Amino acid sequence: MTGEFIAFFILALLTIGGAVFMISFTRVVHMVVALAFTFLSIAGIYVLLEAEFVGMVQILVYSGAISILMLFGIMLTRHDASEVEEGKNPAKWLIRVGIAVFFIIVFFGIQSVQWSDKPADFTQKDNVKEIGVQMFTNYVIPFETVSVLLLVALVGAIILAKKEAEDE
Amino acid sequence: MSVPITSYLLVALILFCIGLYGALTKRNAVVILLSIELMLNAVNINLVAFAKYGMFPNISGQIFSLFTITVAAAEAAVGLAILISLYRNRNTVRVDEMNLMKR
Repeated sequence: MTGEFIAFFILALLTIGGAVFMISFTRVVHMVVALAFTFLSIAGIYVLLEAEFVGMVQILVYSGAISILMLFGIMLTRHDASEVEEGKNPAKWLIRVGIAVFFIIVFFGIQSVQWSDKPADFTQKDNVKEIGVQMFTNYVIPFETVSVLLLVALVGAIILAKKEAEDE
Repeated sequence: MSVPITSYLLVALILFCIGLYGALTKRNAVVILLSIELMLNAVNINLVAFAKYGMFPNISGQIFSLFTITVAAAEAAVGLAILISLYRNRNTVRVDEMNLMKR
């Protein structure tokens, strides 16, 4: 029982626990708080996988930006919103069975694959430097495309959310 | 002996299933957006795990996960903008009341 196992166990427990609480809570604000815990634990899992830069980006983007954005979304719409429990819904059972079947199929798929037993060792090199070198040599076109995508999303979000002045 | 890749993939699979269940059963549109974020996070865990333990261990998996995070952030921003605009016009965030195009 090494420290890595213990850390993984705790992080996995927090991740799944946050997600389960997110599903079972009724108040929407509580759901966002539970999900923030999940995002933080996922950042810990990234650090465990020797992807420190992705972990930091996860904390910045998800735990910081997206949680706050969702809270804004709740506060700007109906901030007393809660998930009302529907009665017996046959479609719900159908969805549960479908997801269970999906889980079982993918589970046995994962078990049956022969994974390589020679993991990469990212500890030798500087993770951020390695990502930066790759990003600006092999992946420079996707990088530029993503910048255009972010610009379009920014403009689109502002145009969609702003009040139409001439209508009011 | 390190943690095997199957444990990471299993955590990601459970997260994905929870996110899928939330996205299909919840009625509040904000909660559906949150569930979609959960599913995208599960995929990111898979990508980073493959970067270390996959068939061809490589830094590319981490770079792919960075691109996924970017697209997910853009998706969340545009989704919320649509939601706020819809709330201003229809005064609801419940997806079963968003049936303007069904009638």
